[in-house]
Amino acid sequence: MNNTYIYILIMALVTYLIRMLPLALIRKKITNRFFRSFLYYVPFVTLAVMTFPAILTATESVWSAAAAFAVAMIVAYGGGSLPIVATIACAIVFIVEIFI
Amino acid sequence: MSNFKLFKSGFKNGIPIFLGYLAVAFTFGISARESGLSSWQAILISATNLTSAGQFAALGVIAASSSYIEMALTQLVINLRYCLMSSSLTQRFDPKMKAFHRYIIAFGVTDENFGVASAYPHENVPPAYCYGIMAAAIPGWVSGTALGALSGDILPASILSALGVALYGMFIAIIVPPTRANKTLLGIVGISMLSSLAFAVTPVLKEISDGFRVIILTIVIAGAAAYFFPVKEEGEQNE
Repeated sequence: MNNTYIYILIMALVTYLIRMLPLALIRKKITNRFFRSFLYYVPFVTLAVMTFPAILTATESVWSAAAAFAVAMIVAYGGGSLPIVATIACAIVFIVEIFI
Repeated sequence: MSNFKLFKSGFKNGIPIFLGYLAVAFTFGISARESGLSSWQAILISATNLTSAGQFAALGVIAASSSYIEMALTQLVINLRYCLMSSSLTQRFDPKMKAFHRYIIAFGVTDENFGVASAYPHENVPPAYCYGIMAAAIPGWVSGTALGALSGDILPASILSALGVALYGMFIAIIVPPTRANKTLLGIVGISMLSSLAFAVTPVLKEISDGFRVIILTIVIAGAAAYFFPVKEEGEQNE
């Protein structure tokens, strides 16, 4: 039986280093246009990939999640702010699940 | 803007993260207890790791009494996406930003915090804004874990279910509004979601872990986008 606290230490250390090293080591603005563009696009791709289709299984029912997804996309496209979109998505799930 | 205002503005945008984390960490707290950890250990994991997928995976590693190496590798693979995020985020920091700010902010680089920090409307993201986000997100993650671990059924299932989409609603609020003025981004977001769906349902591809899927698709799609649609820079004429 391994020590749980050593597991926790290892996971915390590895996770922190992954996050810290790029922040600590890459201080200068990268001038290479390809890399600048790549890093500019990273958040859009990463967050889009993490959102869909994972959102569909995040609630009790795929229908409430799909409704929340559709409404959130429309409200966000219309320029809805971050707390607004997040709150509306939650409200849609809550309301839809009352009816199913 | 004063540091306090920046902090407040970060904190305000971090409130949806707080709520989403509360719900997700709640389920982590329950799972941790079910896999044999004490409440204190569950809370300690959340307070020192601040990552969802990595922590859930760790429960399996601990329960199976796997080797320490396996724990390190599991975390490395699942959390490698943070390396991309930090590399992207560091470009948004003032190059003169003090090192200690970078060491502290590094701890708070999560999918959600990164998303909100990236959406900061000016070129350089100030440290106080990041601290504001962290001040909302970290207590949500830790207290959610504590609530889940100590008493699994405080929140009714309907509320937990509704809170389950908070994080995704946030992601959508970050990536979708800029697509209105930039059709390239619209295409990239659409292709990213469809590719992710393809990976989730295609035999063989669906065996790839979530962490790896994010890394592979990010490198391929953001790489292709950078190649075909390089971003115009204000300093471009100097090149």
